[in-house]
Amino acid sequence: MEFAELIKTPRADNVVLHCPFHLAVEGTLCLTGHHLIFSSRRQDNAEELWLLHSNIDSIDKRFVGSLGTIVIKCKDLRIIQLDIPGMEECLNIASSIEALSTLDSVTLMYPFFYRPMFEVLEDGWSSFLLEQEFELLSSVTNEWRLSCVNKDFSVCPSYPPVVIVPKSIDDEALRKVALFRHGGRFPMLSYYHKKNGMVMMRSSQPLTGTNGRRCKEDEKLVNATLRSGRRGFVIDTRPLNVAQQARAKGGGFEQEVHYPQWRRIHKYIERFNILQESFIKLVEACNDQSHNMDRWLSKLEASNWLTHIKELLTTACLAAQCIDRESASVLVHGSEGTDSTLQVTSLAQIILDPRCRTIRGFEALIVREWLQAGHPFQQRCAQSAYSNSKQKWEAPVFLLFLECVWQIHRQFPCSFEFNEQFLIMLFEHAYASQFGTFLGNNENERAKLKLPQKTMSLWSWVNRPEELSRFQNPIYEANSLVIWPSVAPQSLQLWEGVFLRWNRPSKFLEEAEKERINIIKYNKELQARVNALRRRLAELEVNDAVQE
Amino acid sequence: QVEQVKLLDRFSTSNKSLTGTLYLTATHLLFIDSSQRETWILHHHIAAVEKLPLTTSGCPLVIQCKNFRIVHFVVPRERDCHDIYNSLLQLSRTAKYEELYAFSYNPKQNESEQVKGWQLIDLAEEYKRMGVPNDYWQLSDANRDYKICETYPRELYVPRTASKPIIVGSSKFRSKGRFPVLSYYHKNKEAAICRCSQPLSGFSARCLEDEHMLQAISKANPSNRYMYVMDTRPKLNAMANRAAGKGYENEDNYSNIRFQFVGIENIHVMRSSLQKLLEVSGTRGLSVNDFLSGLENSGWLRHIKAVLDAAVFLAKAIAVESASVLVHCSDGWDRTSQVCSLGALLLDSYYRTIKGFMVLIEKDWISFGHKFSDRCCQLDGDPKEISPVFTQFLESVWNLTEQFPQAFEYNEAFLLQIHEHVHSCQFGNFLGNCQKEREDLKLKEKTYSLWPFLLAEQKKYQNPLYNPDFSPELTLLEPNTVSFNFKFWRNMYHQFDRSMHPRQSMFNLIMNTSEQNKQLEEDIKELEAKIKQKNGQSDVVLEKEQEQTAHPAPVALKSPPCFQKEQPPMPVNDAVRTIEGSNTADNRYSELVSEFSKAEPAVVSLEYGVARMTC
Repeated sequence: MEFAELIKTPRADNVVLHCPFHLAVEGTLCLTGHHLIFSSRRQDNAEELWLLHSNIDSIDKRFVGSLGTIVIKCKDLRIIQLDIPGMEECLNIASSIEALSTLDSVTLMYPFFYRPMFEVLEDGWSSFLLEQEFELLSSVTNEWRLSCVNKDFSVCPSYPPVVIVPKSIDDEALRKVALFRHGGRFPMLSYYHKKNGMVMMRSSQPLTGTNGRRCKEDEKLVNATLRSGRRGFVIDTRPLNVAQQARAKGGGFEQEVHYPQWRRIHKYIERFNILQESFIKLVEACNDQSHNMDRWLSKLEASNWLTHIKELLTTACLAAQCIDRESASVLVHGSEGTDSTLQVTSLAQIILDPRCRTIRGFEALIVREWLQAGHPFQQRCAQSAYSNSKQKWEAPVFLLFLECVWQIHRQFPCSFEFNEQFLIMLFEHAYASQFGTFLGNNENERAKLKLPQKTMSLWSWVNRPEELSRFQNPIYEANSLVIWPSVAPQSLQLWEGVFLRWNRPSKFLEEAEKERINIIKYNKELQARVNALRRRLAELEVNDAVQE
Repeated sequence: QVEQVKLLDRFSTSNKSLTGTLYLTATHLLFIDSSQRETWILHHHIAAVEKLPLTTSGCPLVIQCKNFRIVHFVVPRERDCHDIYNSLLQLSRTAKYEELYAFSYNPKQNESEQVKGWQLIDLAEEYKRMGVPNDYWQLSDANRDYKICETYPRELYVPRTASKPIIVGSSKFRSKGRFPVLSYYHKNKEAAICRCSQPLSGFSARCLEDEHMLQAISKANPSNRYMYVMDTRPKLNAMANRAAGKGYENEDNYSNIRFQFVGIENIHVMRSSLQKLLEVSGTRGLSVNDFLSGLENSGWLRHIKAVLDAAVFLAKAIAVESASVLVHCSDGWDRTSQVCSLGALLLDSYYRTIKGFMVLIEKDWISFGHKFSDRCCQLDGDPKEISPVFTQFLESVWNLTEQFPQAFEYNEAFLLQIHEHVHSCQFGNFLGNCQKEREDLKLKEKTYSLWPFLLAEQKKYQNPLYNPDFSPELTLLEPNTVSFNFKFWRNMYHQFDRSMHPRQSMFNLIMNTSEQNKQLEEDIKELEAKIKQKNGQSDVVLEKEQEQTAHPAPVALKSPPCFQKEQPPMPVNDAVRTIEGSNTADNRYSELVSEFSKAEPAVVSLEYGVARMTC
């Protein structure tokens, strides 16, 4: 297919662009296969807008006479308006945008066409291999092994080709366990807590069904993670009744009789359409400037968004607490083990593991616990808060995770190597990107699409020193402790950087942030100068002494 | 003194506690726990004491403070509890001003320092700064002996064309004699903020002198013919007042006025709103939705928004239209003070400095007779007179500091500290209801002024991000008052609930770094001088060049504080990078686990900055 077929009017002049909190600008609009480009043609070229078609969530058009207006709502929640003279041009442009922003085929997406203008210093596709992770693990324990049982994705289509499992469990047993777990997602290592050797495992629900099926190998596998005489916790991200209902559909949960050393805790983390609705309601509330106070607060409440944040953080803290405080191993799962499970395991690691609070460590966490773990990014991030379609696969699962990280970040602003911009950048790229990292739903699909060969990795770009400097937190100071956030409603806040970003002037806040960074930088400069002067003085004193 | 008293964590669900000893002194309640941490509570800060039904571990005693601290003790013996309860009831209720702490508080200042302290804020000086007296405005001696209005200050500024008979006539037509006077003069726009109380208009009464008075105000502004009259009350309330012979201005009777209601609720609504807010925020195991709906039902943020909206209206009338504005409510000492002072704060960057803010409070709140004693319940009096009007003012200012992080010289700690002392009765400034009462009490001889003490420790109250060039003199701050900009002020209402605060404070870090930068600059100068001494001129030139390339100082160097005396109570300032987070018990997600393993170590780090009061 040629993109040109979809572009009937590639260019329109005298178009007026309206962005919130900016003056309207007149200029030229161009459509290319992957971008909408607006240029004011002013000499300084200050007003230029490049918008990826894949970033467009929905578009509306309306006419007043022959002046057409297109309102474009983006997946990063921005809303822009274009006034296009000429009904035909406007209709053509609108239909092109619509077609180009909803391309079915992954291989037509921009990452397959993007040619980077920078030199690749380190290929992000091989920056975070599980083998490296395992090497680190091997230096502290020898109870685990790398298994290639899934090398052709036949045992579990949503798992990576290599996984870390207890040494005592052989591949044959793993195959049996896979049959007993939803989607073949057998329990595998998610995190090893060096401090006390406790572990966090994740899986999908066991397929016990109504007649209480059991699987000896599964029991052996999960028990292999326990120290003798110790107990473990199963954190089920569904409430008990939902877990019970799941049995009717062949799913279920670990029965006490068969897993006597495990205690089950049911928590409730919302998923899928409920999350998506919550997201849509929150964005609606934030975008309406006319709400009076009561209406704003009741809309904020009705969205339930902050409730989801609190529930998720609470569950993650509980998992972390079991490991760090109770010295117990933990198994986390919900139904499929690809959404709420990953939110909990990755957040618990943020709390427990200082490495995950560094830039590289956080990237590794996202690769390991989200991309390799088979979170279906393509399905979940196909549409954002402005979608009108009722597809049931979309859900802001990853965004919710990022926001929880932000909430912890706010409470421990010195303990993270990255800043808020880094989190916002990840949110944007998960929904629309020139990089291939978040394409596909799991490693299997990515391998089939040959993403590492055909597209550029986000990490190849982010980890370049010039980009990295934008995402570094100037007040970072490595903190080796476990960080326990407060989950009281009074301690949680709306993530303004994402939800109010386009709805209020942020100039003063940005300037203040710059000033903060200046103070820190200036401090470092001064300290360096003082040290240099001290050395100089010492030298002079030595010289004096010699001369005397 | 009672031993073996338990202090419970207000928000813990598992009844964790600290055991220690409780002492009662003449001025404070003191709790020292087993690790020798001290909790001081000033008797004047106690808003309510409650004895709960006896439990197996003892007799619970809950103390609520005006600074929003709530402590929950369990006293082992009921008799002791009863004694403490009775003593506290007596000690926290004072019948006479002379028994208040300010009269016994002795900061070891000598007499001349005391006098100088009171002279620090000079309102005559302030009016001069604004540019009055001038061709249009003059100082009136009408109230020199408090004959016209007891609740106004002696010195009042009025239009030159307002003669004594007009003033007298107008004052008779205004509730409590509070006739229109100047509150703020904007010298560039030549427009004025004036304030008064409601007219005694009833349904049809008129007063020619009052009409002349308003005309005089409007004529005192050469750049605009009309003036605004802002009635800060909801229209319905103002109309209801007509039945009692009060009311609002009839536009037909006054020439060239534009009349406007702005709908700020009265003191009773505000009192119950705060009560509701505190009930919600004090709930244990609060869910997000209960919190948000409680916040909505309390109406608190709606009221804050109304106050700020009114101030924005006022400031724009002056800055954009160059129109003078007359502000009133009923008596003109609550909502009027809020709106006039916030309006001036938006208009004039001087009030965004530490000294300027003190002046603003002295002028619009203290001198114009905001009834601090009644509103803050300094003496045992009518509970219906209590209202958080001043707290709302501080909260509105806090909201502005959040939107304009670089516009204010002072920080949040400054606002909290002022709030603390409005209720502490430790200094004379806020005692009593009006200037006349303060003079009768001889406060300037018998008590100390708060301001020099705050200035002496102003380092703590400086905003490290403050940029004086951010808003040159007389530039208008235009806050965005869309609802989502208003947030719950956690650091005020949960000031003492440390478990809810961020475990690392970005603010403290920036504060300390900025402070350290100043020290480093000094060090560099010193070192350079030494090197210069040792080593001829040539090297120093080199150093100078380096210095120029270095980043300019982000914060202007301030002159050293002048009143270095005893340290009054400190705001929360912990070490910068304390990690209190290593305690899950603080965070209330531990319930499910504790039943599984009973042997959880009983560590509760209750509060960090507990030892706050030093006397």
